[in-house]
Amino acid sequence: MYRIVRKQVLAPTITRFEIEAPFIAKKRKAGNFVMIRVENHGERIPLTIADGDPARGTITLIVQAIGKTTKLLCSKEQGEEVLDVVGPLGNPTPIEHIGHVVCVGGGVGTAELYPIAKALCDAGNTVSTIIGARSHDLVILEHEMRAIPSTTYVTTDDGSYGRRGFVTDQLKDILDSGNPVGAVFAIGPLPMMKAVSDLTRSYKVHTLVSLNTIMVDGTGMCGGCRVTIGGEMKFACVDGPEFDGHKVDFTELMMRNRTYVDMERIADERYRCQLAGLTQENVQ
Amino acid sequence: MSSANPLKPSERMKIPRQEPIEQAAAERMTNFLEVSFGFDDERSVIEAKRCLDCKQPLCIDGCPVGIDIPAFIGLVLKKDYVGAVNKIREANYLPAICGRVCPQESQCEELCVLGKKLTPVAIGKLERFVADFEMQQNLFTPPVIAEHREEKVAIVGSGPAGLTCAAELARKGYQVTIFEALHAVGGVLRYGIPEFRLPKEILDIETERIKALGVQIYLNFVIGRTATIDELFGEWGFKAIFLATGAGTPTFLGIPGENLSGVYSANEFLTRVNLMGAYRFPDFDTPIRIGKTVAVIGGGNTAMDAVRTAKRLGAEHAYLIYRRSRSEMPARQEEIHHAEQEGIELLLLTNPTRILADNNNWVCGIECQRMELGEPDDSGRRRPVPVKGSEFVVEIQTLVEAIGQKPNPIIQSTTPGLDTSKRGTVVTNEQQATSRPGIFAGGDLSRGGATVILAMRDGKQAAAAIHDYLEKT
Ligand SMILES: Cc1cc2nc3c(=O)[nH]c(=O)nc-3n(C[C@H](O)[C@H](O)[C@H](O)COP(=O)(O)OP(=O)(O)OC[C@H]3O[C@@H](n4cnc5c(N)ncnc54)[C@H](O)[C@@H]3O)c2cc1C
Ligand code: SF4
Ligand code: FES
Repeated sequence: MYRIVRKQVLAPTITRFEIEAPFIAKKRKAGNFVMIRVENHGERIPLTIADGDPARGTITLIVQAIGKTTKLLCSKEQGEEVLDVVGPLGNPTPIEHIGHVVCVGGGVGTAELYPIAKALCDAGNTVSTIIGARSHDLVILEHEMRAIPSTTYVTTDDGSYGRRGFVTDQLKDILDSGNPVGAVFAIGPLPMMKAVSDLTRSYKVHTLVSLNTIMVDGTGMCGGCRVTIGGEMKFACVDGPEFDGHKVDFTELMMRNRTYVDMERIADERYRCQLAGLTQENVQ
Repeated sequence: MSSANPLKPSERMKIPRQEPIEQAAAERMTNFLEVSFGFDDERSVIEAKRCLDCKQPLCIDGCPVGIDIPAFIGLVLKKDYVGAVNKIREANYLPAICGRVCPQESQCEELCVLGKKLTPVAIGKLERFVADFEMQQNLFTPPVIAEHREEKVAIVGSGPAGLTCAAELARKGYQVTIFEALHAVGGVLRYGIPEFRLPKEILDIETERIKALGVQIYLNFVIGRTATIDELFGEWGFKAIFLATGAGTPTFLGIPGENLSGVYSANEFLTRVNLMGAYRFPDFDTPIRIGKTVAVIGGGNTAMDAVRTAKRLGAEHAYLIYRRSRSEMPARQEEIHHAEQEGIELLLLTNPTRILADNNNWVCGIECQRMELGEPDDSGRRRPVPVKGSEFVVEIQTLVEAIGQKPNPIIQSTTPGLDTSKRGTVVTNEQQATSRPGIFAGGDLSRGGATVILAMRDGKQAAAAIHDYLEKT
């Protein structure tokens, strides 16, 4: 069992957890993820490790409540436990001295990007960050990003904060600004990473994206996470999760990720009914 | 020895081989309960009477761990079932499992002299009966651990190889720790072999018994990631390590369309169902997708398990597509027989060439070509060659590829000095020692895909070798 030592709500649906996992805390590097199972009968889902403290033996996970499993996790309180946490999995992000790099985070992807941006800065790079969100209340980690330090831009779809528009609008301005960009790191929803990759392709700027695929084990034994990279079959959990964005077959991946949408809805619906049932019982 | 059998050999040979009690095909196709209930005590005693108690029993040579078969059968005859299971346990720590999943027809029972003219003694079913009897009656007595030894030994992987090695070393008094990547113990016994062939309760009981020997188990611990082999030797203080990580990485045919939605590796398909409980969705959260028509590619136990699982999950048609002919299928005979009873449709001498997609990138068909048997290949089996112009399409909505697995490279790639073969297996000598002193390996990791009992044999051999190694250092 893995105890939650701290819980903090970052945005209406986004929660930050510090979880006791001493072995993982010691080994984890930027770009690694864990597989977690919240309770018995539960699914195994991948979550990127946003941070870690080897001295306290904790790892930080930032979770957006979207489906049954993430909602269940977000309902857990400080002091409660998560059933299974395994990792650190996946290859760490290659951190090199490149020069000027742009880190683009969309939604909760910003959380996954944060340790990478920090590591890139520590490696001597000049870091620009673009944080994209639907609206102001979903903008996370802005202060942390600025404190790295990095030049930080915020875009919101509805213009409620920062620049109105998409991360690609801001990225295009940076690419056009004459300040050469050595590499782009993009993490967020697939359509966003695809848009970033399409943009940087014409500028011939190397772009690394982190693929969120269907996963069961996260260790290379199921092949459920397979993606097509430059025409070759790769397993995201062991060959990735980061790949050259210019080589990723995003269309195929987006289709594959829809395999279980209806069943995920059933699970989610049932969970909500269970919650409703519970509160009713409490009232009685 | 056991001259408890009053019958003359000629009389013994007149007794027909006993048939196991089984769930009817029509009924079992709708559930995941065990297909075979094996023998009851009456059948067991009758079956035991058939054994000729040969002076030079060949069956023992056919058993990879060398169980004293005639001796345990003699005890069954005396109705000393606990004595019988303890006799088996001298050589084999997981009898309830082996009695169910061993390919007896190509091991002990193949060599049984009765099989030459008649049918062999049902050794596997007898083994299973005594093991089940002991479990049901709660008559297990843990072995006495003779002496305490300080040395710590790490076992990586909790499949049959790892469990066996752990049990052997713990019985010798060593301090044994198993590291398992998944959240449950058992390896293929847990995530691969379905409930209808091996109830997980049996695996749980066997696991508890191994824990009772003082074996510590760390779940959710991926060696090579959570800690490396060199850290196990260093800060963790282990003196020897047995690698038993199996052959868990699925391989794919390499034909067009394999990344379509609705295409599974057998590993993913079976893991969702067995480890994650997808057959009980939505009581369990992990989903699985079953079309009206499902095809499984392959001819081994994995393919059989996948196709029979698909049928149980509601597929109206479940096809097994295999390149060669029926007699060359590597699966256990009993499983092929059961599959046919359950209405699995075999497409033999059939080779898949292309997977077809609908507009949403979902699999909607598989193109195959017919094969005919040509000249024998290296393995002595006649090589299947395609028949020109014989392409045809089977409409399907789910496809499972069960064409083989290879070892997961995580440990090999993070452990300097560990020799591997071209196939990705870890190289060992006959004592299961690897190229690095103190590191031993066995089971599917060193053999490629093999069997439960061979994995156990390696686990036993490695335990003996580790004991020697630690005595010397
Ligand atoms: C579906 C299926 C059906 C089968 N049916 C039969 C049958 O009927 N009869 C038969 O004899 N054989 C059968 N086999 C083959 C048999 O199951 C295997 O040969 C046997 O399980 C191999 O045992 P093992 O201990 O070497 O490895 P496995 O059983 O594969 O166990 C390896 C374990 O190591 C763990 N592991 C892997 N990497 C790491 C790591 N880095 N750190 C920690 N842990 C790790 C894995 O999670 C796993 O639990 C079947 C195989 C399959 C897939
Ligand atoms: S070979 Fe057959 S008949 Fe002979 S001892 Fe073994 S089981 Fe009995
Ligand atoms: S998640 Fe199973 S192989 Fe990648």
